[in-house]
Amino acid sequence: MILIGERINGMFTDVKKAIADKNKQVIQELAKKQTEAGASYLDVNVGTAAADQEGTMQWLVETIQEACTTALCLDSQKPNVIEAGLKVINADNGVLLNSTPLNKKSDEQVLDKYIEMANQAGPKSSLIALTMDKNGVPQDVDTRVAIAAEIVSKAMDLGFDAQRLFIDPIVLPVKVPNAQVQPANVLTAIDQIRMLCDPAPHMTVGLSNISQGATERSLINRVFLAIAISHGLDSAIVDVFDKELVNIVATSEMLMNKQIYSDSFLKVYTAVNKA
Amino acid sequence: MAVPEISDGFTGTVNRITLGATKEEGGTRTSTVTIGGARNVVYGGSIEEKSEKPVIAIDVLDSKPEDWPDVLAESYKDVLDSPGDWAKKCVEEFGADLVCIKFDGIHPDKADYDADHAVKVTQEVLKAVGVPLVLWGCGNDEKDNQVMPKVSEAAKGEKCLIGTVTEDNYKALTAIALADGHYLITEAPLDINIAKQVNILASDMGFPLERIITFQSTGALGYGIEYAYSIQERQRLAALGGDKMMAMPAICDVGYESWRAKEAKLVDAPGWGSHVDRGPMWEAATAICLLQAGVDIIRMRHPKAIATVQNFINQIWR
Repeated sequence: MILIGERINGMFTDVKKAIADKNKQVIQELAKKQTEAGASYLDVNVGTAAADQEGTMQWLVETIQEACTTALCLDSQKPNVIEAGLKVINADNGVLLNSTPLNKKSDEQVLDKYIEMANQAGPKSSLIALTMDKNGVPQDVDTRVAIAAEIVSKAMDLGFDAQRLFIDPIVLPVKVPNAQVQPANVLTAIDQIRMLCDPAPHMTVGLSNISQGATERSLINRVFLAIAISHGLDSAIVDVFDKELVNIVATSEMLMNKQIYSDSFLKVYTAVNKA
Repeated sequence: MAVPEISDGFTGTVNRITLGATKEEGGTRTSTVTIGGARNVVYGGSIEEKSEKPVIAIDVLDSKPEDWPDVLAESYKDVLDSPGDWAKKCVEEFGADLVCIKFDGIHPDKADYDADHAVKVTQEVLKAVGVPLVLWGCGNDEKDNQVMPKVSEAAKGEKCLIGTVTEDNYKALTAIALADGHYLITEAPLDINIAKQVNILASDMGFPLERIITFQSTGALGYGIEYAYSIQERQRLAALGGDKMMAMPAICDVGYESWRAKEAKLVDAPGWGSHVDRGPMWEAATAICLLQAGVDIIRMRHPKAIATVQNFINQIWR
């Protein structure tokens, strides 16, 4: 399972403050601790705090790279912010571009731009593409799958290997009127999107979104993650400090025969997963 | 119909291990052996993804075997009393890549020899041949824990392969193998879950995973080879899938297991063909089958079987 640690995000108050104070230590601690906890990638999102988003992205990337060699997931809806991060990143460690829709009203070619940036970043770069287009976030299964098909086909046209593609079928908060059908829709979409090509693209979700505004957030996150893994989800942006959540990933992967069982399966999961 | 090309890629690699320490590396070996490194299944992928050539370790027993059939004992009849000469014969006449000293004689139910005997045999063989050694206990936990640490010490710095450790008995030998700079054989009873666990246990003691070779237990042709094959295959696929706890090269004990089969040794068996050929064929068939599952070291006994398997290896891994 490719776990993307969500904590280095300007939406969290400690990170927001660290960005404002240029406090490297806070960021570097988060980077190291998330790596130890099993993160394969560290999400890097400048949030809304800084006026200079490009400069802040570069400062975050450089700060993290001083502390560890973990792969980074550059998280922004603005191509110029991602591009700024790519300028200072050591792409040999691996980099994930997060994320692009199929297209936008303001920018029909946005997916092309992201694929182009990923291609230029070298062979260890990957891309998260959302099943979303200029009409917004689809609510049903079929539109999600149709958008994913267009994304996969575009990637193939541009010579971008499907194994470097992460499709995010977009998890919506369950506590929204009439949204309770959405988790099941996402699961069905995962089943179908994985059949679009062989080998299948990676499937990822921003997990915490599902419990937005709800009570028992952690429980909702964990249970949905276990179910989604059984449908073939192989990546997620998560709070890797949630030890029980990582244990659930280890157990789900073991039950799905993705990891060979041993009596110490929980203990070694982090080490094995980082292989 | 054309044979389709298998092009499935994998992310993991089997660890590459070099056994034996030459003078420059602080040992006395005149040659080393490198195994592992596979990035695909045996017939899959490109040439670059192939493993190093698998190797043959020929068995030398620490004491004269009492139960070997004549067909097998015949080839070694002059040296069965002298492990040093025996080892020399294996290397010089039969082309052994490695010599495996099997300490059957220390077993309490056999000769019950003590550590001094085992140390003497080890020194004798080290002196007689320059190839790297495999040092294999008798299988009695208590006796192995008494004797094998002394054997390890006697070969300190030679980068031998020593074993075996199991889920229930791993601490003594793991600690001494670590201290003496050897490589370790982790054993499991044809059980992939225990195989992984014993690797984890050794690793928890600080033993580097990169210095472990796994022994999943071996079944000969007609005696469980399908279990042995599928478990070796499962290990290999886990390694190629990136499971670091399963990424070790593997060793099989083909000689001992094949010659236990009645089909290999029964003299009076009309309709089964000559027993002189039957035994070596049994051993060679078992070895070749397991090589195709991705095994890296094969322990063998009969020179004819060894020659057949060497030929097979040279054809496939050229």
